[in-house]
Amino acid sequence: MHSTIDGEQIDRLFRLQGSRAVATLARIFNDLDRAEDAVQDAYAQALDRWPRYGLPENPAAWIMVTARNAAIDALRRERTADAKRQLLANLEALIRVDTSFDEEAMDDRLAMIFAACHPALSEETRIALTLRFAAGPTVTEIASALLVPQPTVSQRLVRAKHKIKRARIAFAIPEAANLPDRLHDVLRAVYLIFNEGYASSTNRSLVRADLCEEALRLAELLERLLPGQSEVSGLHALVLFHDARRATRVDESGELVLLERQDRSLWDRRKIERATSLLEGASRHSAGPYLLQAMIAQEHARAATWEATNWRKILDCYESLAAIEPSPVVELNRAVALAYADGDEPGLRLLDAMAARSALLNYAPFFGARAELLQRVGRRAEARASYSRAIELTQSITERRFLEGRLAGLTPLESH
Amino acid sequence: MEYMCLFYVPEDASPGPEVYAECIAVAEEAHRAGAMVNARGLEDASSATTVRIRDGKRLLTDGPFAETKEVLSGFFIFECASLDEAIAWASKLPQSRYGSVEVRPVRALDH
Repeated sequence: MHSTIDGEQIDRLFRLQGSRAVATLARIFNDLDRAEDAVQDAYAQALDRWPRYGLPENPAAWIMVTARNAAIDALRRERTADAKRQLLANLEALIRVDTSFDEEAMDDRLAMIFAACHPALSEETRIALTLRFAAGPTVTEIASALLVPQPTVSQRLVRAKHKIKRARIAFAIPEAANLPDRLHDVLRAVYLIFNEGYASSTNRSLVRADLCEEALRLAELLERLLPGQSEVSGLHALVLFHDARRATRVDESGELVLLERQDRSLWDRRKIERATSLLEGASRHSAGPYLLQAMIAQEHARAATWEATNWRKILDCYESLAAIEPSPVVELNRAVALAYADGDEPGLRLLDAMAARSALLNYAPFFGARAELLQRVGRRAEARASYSRAIELTQSITERRFLEGRLAGLTPLESH
Repeated sequence: MEYMCLFYVPEDASPGPEVYAECIAVAEEAHRAGAMVNARGLEDASSATTVRIRDGKRLLTDGPFAETKEVLSGFFIFECASLDEAIAWASKLPQSRYGSVEVRPVRALDH
């Protein structure tokens, strides 16, 4: 039985629980390197012990306590000065059990995200740092998600950790006056965590439930921290709507299922109701990007069938979104919504107008959507080329299999 | 009359303990001569944050100020618990509105 615990399982546990322990220790030390070293030490011990003695009863608590002990040992090995005595006292006090463990650990996670989103760090650094310490992917995965070389990501992380430590960027939820400055990034961080879980860019399985749930809990915590902020409610509702569909996104064999084909009776009604009531409470006056995206998700959630989807309303939302936060992804979705609302040809025309811009030329979903529309209007040779390009570009194995299925399903061209 | 001596060094310079010892020697000599007021080292430039207020909005930049048309014109040293506090003080200085205020941690005395 013990032999069933392998390195991969340990890795998976440490990805989330390990980054929680890093967050808690970082808050105490104000030093990410120290925190990471202590958790690395706990990881080495887990690799050694777990396969032999079995999984501890509460792996999360084990990781926290073991990392804390490693931190205490490391501090003791150094010469003990007054400041260190205080740190030791804080560490010793860090015995968290049962229910309080999780609640406080979540505060630490939020504090970590606020530190990583500090505006005194450059924007690209904030993204890399948030991904690394909030969602827990490896440097390689971050590099591929951000489309930058791995050494660049490593360098940014090293520099950021140095600045946080030297300039004393606090691991804390900032006071009210500084909240608005950071909220934009913090919301994005939670959204990125959810996305990494919902459409894992590099993972072998498409969905990582642990990250989805982590993002949901962080969104809930933000909502409690900042009640009545429409963008916070919007983000919370958005992740709830998406998460309600999580179980139907992938079939038994792990293949991607399009929204169009999902079994709507299996959607989590409780989450949809919760999200709907969040939106009812939020002010629609000058709606921000998360509220607009949540409103789009709501249209999908409330449609009894794919055919009953109110594309006109969705198109309106994408148009508002394109006006306040234009991006290739928004433009792409707007074109798709237009195709459903007004017909394939106008949608395709908008897509082709967008293709002139280079940002999309390395974006797999652009070619996937274009292939789909080309297929529907009967331009099969072009559809075939567009599917092939999407297959070349996608990082996700599941998505690649899906696209290959679509390509194979295109009836062969008749020779003439 | 007090004079401030600011040192500029190559960004990648990593001075050894002999540089520190030499600084201490100069400080001791100046102290004996009654000329010593204060001296501190700063953390490296990568720990800097530049604060500017424009149209009432606070803009933060990661790194030292890099505007060649602005010149050093004075300094404050604040005792703060975190960077946020230091930035709040920096934002109150009028120079943040028509110039830039670089917030750089002062190196602790024990290293």
